[in-house]
Amino acid sequence: MLAALTQLLVFQLAGEVIARGLDLPVPGPVLGMLFLFFALLMRGGPDNELRDTSQNLLQHLSLLFVPAGTGIMVHLHRVGDEWLPLLVALMLSTVATLVVTALAMRLCQGRKTGDAA
Amino acid sequence: MTPRLNELWVYLSATPLLGLTLTLLAYQLAFWLYRRSGMNPLANPVLIAVAILVTLLMSTGTSYQTYFDGAQFVHFLLGPATVALAIPLYTQFRRVRAMFWPILAGLAAGSLTAVVSAVLIARWLGASLPTQLSLAPKSVTTPIAMGVAERIGGIPSLTAVLVIATGVLGAVSARWIFDAMRLRDPAIRGFSIGVAAHGIGTARAFQVSEQSGAFAALAMGLNGAFTALLLPVVVGWL
Repeated sequence: MLAALTQLLVFQLAGEVIARGLDLPVPGPVLGMLFLFFALLMRGGPDNELRDTSQNLLQHLSLLFVPAGTGIMVHLHRVGDEWLPLLVALMLSTVATLVVTALAMRLCQGRKTGDAA
Repeated sequence: MTPRLNELWVYLSATPLLGLTLTLLAYQLAFWLYRRSGMNPLANPVLIAVAILVTLLMSTGTSYQTYFDGAQFVHFLLGPATVALAIPLYTQFRRVRAMFWPILAGLAAGSLTAVVSAVLIARWLGASLPTQLSLAPKSVTTPIAMGVAERIGGIPSLTAVLVIATGVLGAVSARWIFDAMRLRDPAIRGFSIGVAAHGIGTARAFQVSEQSGAFAALAMGLNGAFTALLLPVVVGWL
């Protein structure tokens, strides 16, 4: 577990350094994910330790959002004042995004299989 | 409170131990409830854990800053967890490569929809400009969204909250929406939930299937990068 965790942190650090060094708008961890992905392609896959540690970490991914979510207590005032536009915008926009993404993918995929048939 | 208890409280609230332990306890209670409900999306563990913590902190008069001094250790793990998403992505790589064009189409259409619809609806209903700008990056993962919000003139900490609300809404509603659309492909379901509802949607997708989860993780990464690059430009047009 220790070696795997170290690997993840090293890739995150590399991503962070390059994102800041080159002033890229992409966050360091996302860049780190890409680097690790390419490393896995070259290495022919993760070892068991890295696989298990990542699985453990990702299994409780939702836990990691709890501290930031609790920050709502700081914004209760603004949220209270503007709850209607916030709620409607969040709900409609989230549903619209789900539907539009899925439709765009299905359309693109459907046309391709249509061509093949 | 008696003086002894008072002293104890002063000590506890000055160490990170309290915030950290409370976060883990609240989450485990929330996750237990979620399991008990048969993984009903309405019993979303993030939503329940946040509700427990806010109630607890406000009723004891504890500030968010004090809480976060401890909880930041959990928050920090978002970074390595994001890096770890490379592994499911690698496992599903063949399927991802086969779906290159649908992925590109879904990303472009979904990412723009997320930003434009949120800002326009909020403006139409009379939200203030900082609120509108804080809403714009709501569909991308917290660290990216906060960075983007700061750049375009939103309020980063408000954005963090809106991002999480979006994630919960997406995780709660996705199953019904996809079922109503008669959409069965776990790759498309996963990718769409990742574009709309970032890590919380991804967490939900992983609980349904590994393939859905991998596509959600891919979508989350791509949408984060895409939004970070495009949002400053798009907000100028709106």
